[in-house]
Amino acid sequence: MAGLEDLYREIILDHYRSPRNRGELDVPPAHKVEGFNPLCGDEVTVYLIVDPATDTVTDIKINGQGCSISQASTSMMSAAVKGKTVDEARALIRAFKALMSIHESKLEGESDGSDLAADLDGVRLGDLEALQGVVKFPVRIKCATLAWNTLQQALDEAGQ
Amino acid sequence: MSPWGRDPLDIASVKADFPLLSATQDGKPLVYLDSASSAQKPTYVLDAMEKAYRSQYANVHRGVYRMAEATTAEFERARANVARFIGARDAREVVFTRNATEAINLVAYSWARANLRAGDAVVLTHMEHHANVVPWHILAAERDIELRWIPLTDDYQLDLTDLDRLLDGARLLGVGAMSNVLGTINDVTRLTTAAHAHDALVVVDACQYVPHVATDVHEWDADFVAFSAHKMCGPSGIGALWARAELLEAMPPFMGGGEMIREVRLDGFTTNEIPWKFEAGTPAIVEAIGFGAAVEYLECLGMDAVRDHEMRVTRYALDELSNAFGDSITIYGPRDTSVRGGAVSFLLDGIHAHDVSQVLDEDAVCVRAGHHCAKPLMRILGVPATTRASFYVYNDETDVDALVVALGKTQQFFAP
Repeated sequence: MAGLEDLYREIILDHYRSPRNRGELDVPPAHKVEGFNPLCGDEVTVYLIVDPATDTVTDIKINGQGCSISQASTSMMSAAVKGKTVDEARALIRAFKALMSIHESKLEGESDGSDLAADLDGVRLGDLEALQGVVKFPVRIKCATLAWNTLQQALDEAGQ
Repeated sequence: MSPWGRDPLDIASVKADFPLLSATQDGKPLVYLDSASSAQKPTYVLDAMEKAYRSQYANVHRGVYRMAEATTAEFERARANVARFIGARDAREVVFTRNATEAINLVAYSWARANLRAGDAVVLTHMEHHANVVPWHILAAERDIELRWIPLTDDYQLDLTDLDRLLDGARLLGVGAMSNVLGTINDVTRLTTAAHAHDALVVVDACQYVPHVATDVHEWDADFVAFSAHKMCGPSGIGALWARAELLEAMPPFMGGGEMIREVRLDGFTTNEIPWKFEAGTPAIVEAIGFGAAVEYLECLGMDAVRDHEMRVTRYALDELSNAFGDSITIYGPRDTSVRGGAVSFLLDGIHAHDVSQVLDEDAVCVRAGHHCAKPLMRILGVPATTRASFYVYNDETDVDALVVALGKTQQFFAP
């Protein structure tokens, strides 16, 4: 039986109590994408600016309301992708989903059991690994991935 | 074990009727406070269903052999039980459905599509469950029907100030008899009187009411009443729609198939009599028998005793939650237990409902967290979700105490 401390690591509670990059950005130049988790009512808004010259996430702000896992994950996501290139951010999304046992290779039916290693592919998750405990609480995985799915949509829209 | 022949208000013995309530989780006794979502089942119901499967099972309304006849008789006896339980005078007015949701959809697809035209209005309330919202959204989009809404007062009751204006031009009023979020008991009789004065019919979502309060559909003067077995100690997979016989007679069938027909030819069909006209296909036979047994169990306890007990536990819960958490708890629902049931929704300051539920689970305290399938209401309350503890006849003050202790731990855990 997984304990609460597996789910609510101190760093997660810290991001929940003091979210990073909270606020709004002017649209445009920012792209604004809202994500919802219909099960919990979690809401996440991501404001994203990608500099086309360097293909870099130059600024990101987040907003929303929801459970500690969804809001902490959003805060941690914003801290992790700010200043990264779009490719690096996408690799982080892939790696984070792999951490949540959501493997893109598996979705495509090519799983050979080494999914986590394949999807991580040298990406360092750092603090984000604190969210790994969420996997033991399956109904909360969607809370943790909401921010990342929203980021993915924001990157897609920014790239259009 | 038969529920007969003992003091119905002996809650320790009521608890003992429910095998799952003596279960433990990580060595801690289970504190089940999610009966508004689905109730636990007493041995009496489990035995009735097992007996049906083990010793007397066949399809109903088909075979001429004795066991088929006996199973049919049990199935129809269950229907008679359900009819008696809600004060219906004629068992033919009870249609078995999958659940209350399907019962309301039956009204929407059969009665409403035969009777409502573009420009007609359907009146609903701000506290409806999605089951009494979405079928009408679907119809409204299809037929250009106007949906109107009865708002709430500050103390979480229906604000009937503009009722007559809202009912002007309405063909149907849909109302939950008891809110699954707020616990509010609505004055159905007053609403049916007003609606009928405007020639509008009334569909009552009685899912949260029938399990907890003695129900009389004629006292309500309702037209359609929907409820589910699984919230009243019966099995999942079966519910009922009660409607006045002349309404059911006039309504077109809902689903087509076996059982609902009188005659089928290559060029058409004629329908069976009510209620079977609305029961296409092999029904949930054993679930119906379990439903009938659940009714017998509750009748034995006595619905007035059930209601009295739940009022007492709810009063205790409202008091204890306020005493323990003061300004750091917001309770969404009336404080007066005479106008409310045992569904108690609340928020602890700064802690999301899902986090509360997660920490409570560590103490084996089972509560619901989320929007409770009432998103319009959540939006009106201005909250994304609430935690809901809901009490039934097998809960008592010790369950409330366990909830308060576990909530105290939750507050400590998330303390800044």
